[in-house]
Amino acid sequence: MLKKFFHQFASPKSYFRIATKIQNPFLLIFVLLYVFALAWGLLFTPEDYIQGNSYRIIFMHVPASFVSQILFLIMAFCSVIFLVWRLKLSIYVAKSIAPIGAAVTFFALFSGSIWGIPTWGTWWQWDARITSTLILLIMYLGLISLHSSFNNYEKADRFFAIIVLAGVINIPIIKKSVDWWSTLHQSASITLTDAPSIDPLMLAPLFLSIFSFFGLIMGIVILSSRYEILLREQSKSWVKSL
Amino acid sequence: MKEHRKKRLIRALSIVLVSALGVGTILYALNSNLDYFFTPSEMLMNDESKNISSSRRVKLGGMVKENSFSITGSIISFEITDFKETILVSYEGLLPDLFKEGKGIVVLGKMHNEVFYAEEVFAKHDENYMPPNLDLDSS
Repeated sequence: MLKKFFHQFASPKSYFRIATKIQNPFLLIFVLLYVFALAWGLLFTPEDYIQGNSYRIIFMHVPASFVSQILFLIMAFCSVIFLVWRLKLSIYVAKSIAPIGAAVTFFALFSGSIWGIPTWGTWWQWDARITSTLILLIMYLGLISLHSSFNNYEKADRFFAIIVLAGVINIPIIKKSVDWWSTLHQSASITLTDAPSIDPLMLAPLFLSIFSFFGLIMGIVILSSRYEILLREQSKSWVKSL
Repeated sequence: MKEHRKKRLIRALSIVLVSALGVGTILYALNSNLDYFFTPSEMLMNDESKNISSSRRVKLGGMVKENSFSITGSIISFEITDFKETILVSYEGLLPDLFKEGKGIVVLGKMHNEVFYAEEVFAKHDENYMPPNLDLDSS
């Protein structure tokens, strides 16, 4: 029964139907939550004892950095599903994540630069964290141009999935860069093993901003994957009858 | 799982593994060359492999030693420590807002006669965030 459900949901047609239904309420909820989290973080949290008000960009920078890495992991997961089970839907989703991932990574670097000016005294340094995040951005951009450089979808999809799997090693490198090498970037404030080194008053809106930004971006992934499906399945009868 | 799928799964995972091994080897070979700064101990060790010489601009990082900060004219001087070794830094210019004794700092410049002449100073803030009234150390 599970197998049947899986097969049914995994067909682009039924995914499209469900995605169309949930997309708008999904986006609405997470946009509102994100706005709420930002307002909470920017207006109703105390100043930091050393950074003053400039730390508040954390409520945009950390969600963007986190989601930029999670998106690549989702893309890698989809790529494995595609390579092993040849599920068309999973590569449609993976492919529509790439430009969104590029935008989110750019935002993470951009917000980090803005944060760096008043705190570090510089907007760009080639330390391990910043450089590995720049590599992530280049990989997203490279994947987009790789996929569009083939004139046949079958080859494009397979190369795309293989390169995603070859590049996924960058994610643990970004994560551990601040521990393995000396960097200008500080080490992680939130870890799985230790108590967070952020005051609870700041941590609550930070968690909400991460959660809601992730939801918001997933809403955009749903939206974008619907367009990808329409583009790729345009010759199918169910698309024509829409 | 069917046989051909198992094969494909192994092939997919081996892509991850091979790329991880390749990248891992490169990073292992580069080792400390990827470090953003040297600690005072590394600086004074004069390790040939790290290629720290007075003719090369390097970055030195650590904590600004308590009660070491002084200004004479336009020359700022302070000491950077990693709690094992300490190096005197001389600098002329603007300090970042977060510059503070007892906090992290990275300076770019050259070492000359036991003194580090900095051309640029970056503050390295830590991973702690809290409201000012909870900061028991500085009060």
